[in-house]
Amino acid sequence: MTETSTDKPVPPAAEPQAEPVVEAAVLHEVPERVTELGGATVGNTRCENPFMVAEDVNVYYGDNHAIQNVSLEIGKKEVIALIGPSGCGKSTFLRCLNRMNDTIETARVTGNITLDGKDIYRSEQDPVALRARVGMVFQKPNPFPKSIYDNVAYGPRIHGLAADRAELDNIVHTSLERAGLINEVKDRLDEPGTSLSGGQQQRLCIARTIAVNPEVILMDEPCSALDPIATARIEDLMDELCEDYAIVIVTHSMQQAARVSRRVAYFHLGLLVEVDETDRIFTNPQHKLTEDYITGRIG
Amino acid sequence: MQSTTLILMLGFMAITAFFYGRRRSLALVGGHGHGMALHSLPGYYGYYVAIWAVLPALALLLVWVMVEPRVIVALVVNGLPDAYRNLPPGELNLLVNNIQNLAAGDVVSVDVDDVLQNAATMFNAYVEKSRQFLAVLVLGMAGLGGAMAWRRIHPDLRARNRVERVIRWFLIAASSIAILTTIGIVLSVLFEAIRFFQKVPLTEFLFGLNWSPQTAIRADQVGSSGSFGAVPLFTGTLLITSIAMVVAVPVGLMTAIYLAEYSSARIRGIAKPLLEVLAGIPTVVYGFFAALTVAPWIRSAGESAGIQVASESALAAGIVMGIMIIPLVSSLADDAINAVPSAMRDGALGLGSTRSETMTKVILPAALPGIVGGILLAVSRAIGETMIVVMAAGLAANLTANPFEAVTTVTVQIVTLLVGDQEFDSAKTLAAFALGLMLFVVTLILNVIGLSVVRKYREQYD
Repeated sequence: MTETSTDKPVPPAAEPQAEPVVEAAVLHEVPERVTELGGATVGNTRCENPFMVAEDVNVYYGDNHAIQNVSLEIGKKEVIALIGPSGCGKSTFLRCLNRMNDTIETARVTGNITLDGKDIYRSEQDPVALRARVGMVFQKPNPFPKSIYDNVAYGPRIHGLAADRAELDNIVHTSLERAGLINEVKDRLDEPGTSLSGGQQQRLCIARTIAVNPEVILMDEPCSALDPIATARIEDLMDELCEDYAIVIVTHSMQQAARVSRRVAYFHLGLLVEVDETDRIFTNPQHKLTEDYITGRIG
Repeated sequence: MQSTTLILMLGFMAITAFFYGRRRSLALVGGHGHGMALHSLPGYYGYYVAIWAVLPALALLLVWVMVEPRVIVALVVNGLPDAYRNLPPGELNLLVNNIQNLAAGDVVSVDVDDVLQNAATMFNAYVEKSRQFLAVLVLGMAGLGGAMAWRRIHPDLRARNRVERVIRWFLIAASSIAILTTIGIVLSVLFEAIRFFQKVPLTEFLFGLNWSPQTAIRADQVGSSGSFGAVPLFTGTLLITSIAMVVAVPVGLMTAIYLAEYSSARIRGIAKPLLEVLAGIPTVVYGFFAALTVAPWIRSAGESAGIQVASESALAAGIVMGIMIIPLVSSLADDAINAVPSAMRDGALGLGSTRSETMTKVILPAALPGIVGGILLAVSRAIGETMIVVMAAGLAANLTANPFEAVTTVTVQIVTLLVGDQEFDSAKTLAAFALGLMLFVVTLILNVIGLSVVRKYREQYD
């Protein structure tokens, strides 16, 4: 980059504008990329079978405008990955989808988010009922200080999903099975959930989430505290789960996004910069910032 | 010279020594900018010299002040005429006392004669001389110590290590003060209690149902046989403590839950300091609140309901004590609730729990050990509380579980046993130490349980 600019003495102020053009020409014969930040999202925010639809979502934490005019469709039975540098608003957007931002006193959300055609921010919507439909898995495994069984049974119990003990046993068993944990814990369901390893704890949290039978699962960097082997197991699990659920995953790992997702959304400084099919975004991003990020130049 | 002046001068010398030591260390390596050649930062050389200037001089001062009076007294006694010198020890002591009083210009118990007057003058002269000598010696010692340390400064001198070693000894000394005091208190209470149990059997004290700590002043006195059964006192303590806990635990816990989970930051900002004000009110103020406001109110309320209430009732004292303990319970419970990782809260909310489900099913169970520990600490606080009970619950050692009657507690009895003129070898007075020992053991056990529960809880998330 710097060699080209030293060749011709350009005033420093003009440098940033000159740079991308020069680079595009130097590197490959690819179409010119969008460089401006703040314009409309490039790529395609729509999808074939939308289940959750966000339109013009803005989030403010006090005076801080955390995300600006984000519109995105999330399809049924697809995995969509949200990527971007830290502080870009991807987790904030994720937490809008099940109204977890309501628990932050200063947070304010505007715009429109619908789940199956109904606005989730309408006044009659009970956030508690919403969170039962839109489950969430957190960055750090957070099993409750209860037994493995009680961890999984917690959701069905508070929502009254099981009529009797046998039914509850069945739900717990099925959920652990779907989370791929049953063989490791079937003889020790009474032991505390915290006695499991980190990867097992995270799968326990996933089992706990699917035990309430949600329609969408939000995952906020679910593997960032895990080693590569535990990560691989969670990723396999996501492949299986996406046959029944819509999964939105926030991740810092581009490889993970490439492995698990069908579509990728790139956030930058509170803006949704680009959304596209995973292959397209990793081979031929439309926006300069997306390219910089996935090639490791920023972030 | 006054000792305060001397100490001030020592302080001044310490500061001077610091600057000289610092300057010399820098000068040895060629001034500022060459500090890297020194083993330690220049300031440490300053502290090193200051320590050597002050510590030996202070030690000398301390020894001198301890030995001086004895030496002077011996000198003065030696100067007395033979007739006085050969008095029996008791009378000689009295004489020396009079001489000292006369020298200090205080009231003297005998007529002042020439011998006494001379001795007093001599005493004053010795004191004066001793002080001058001391001043010279201490300042000389300080100068000498400082100069020697100053000469020893060398770029390779490990000044920091030496200074830090001295500081470490200071820290050890400071922390042992609290420990030694505790041991001292326990031992003094223990020895007096043993003397009590030589007069009154342990079984009577522990299992006797009657508390009436009278001892005969004259041999033929009527109704003088005291009885020292501590059971009514412990049941009284238990009764008042239970009432206090019934008030403090639910109110404190609900306060903590509200403040930690439901209140806005603004309300929390106002309510927490207000609660802490409640904790800062002196217990004697709670005491008269209990005696003058709550007790009469309970009495009149009881009368209108047809219940006989004593004007000094366990209920009044217990309720007010409970109010006093609310801030303790709520702040410890608040800490325990806040110590539950927010991931727990998020996890429960993310599964679609309501706030109250999150609270009762996840956060409270997780915080329970901490809350229990806090409550146990509050119980030992309630057991040790005296003032409110003295003022509001009375002194009558009734063996009763009726909260409308007057009862008394262990601490109150200790106060009444030791207030006023007492012989310190009668069973009546010594009983206070036995009670104190029992109380100490009980609160110690509660504290140990409370702290170990709290510690176990901490291990859970680390």
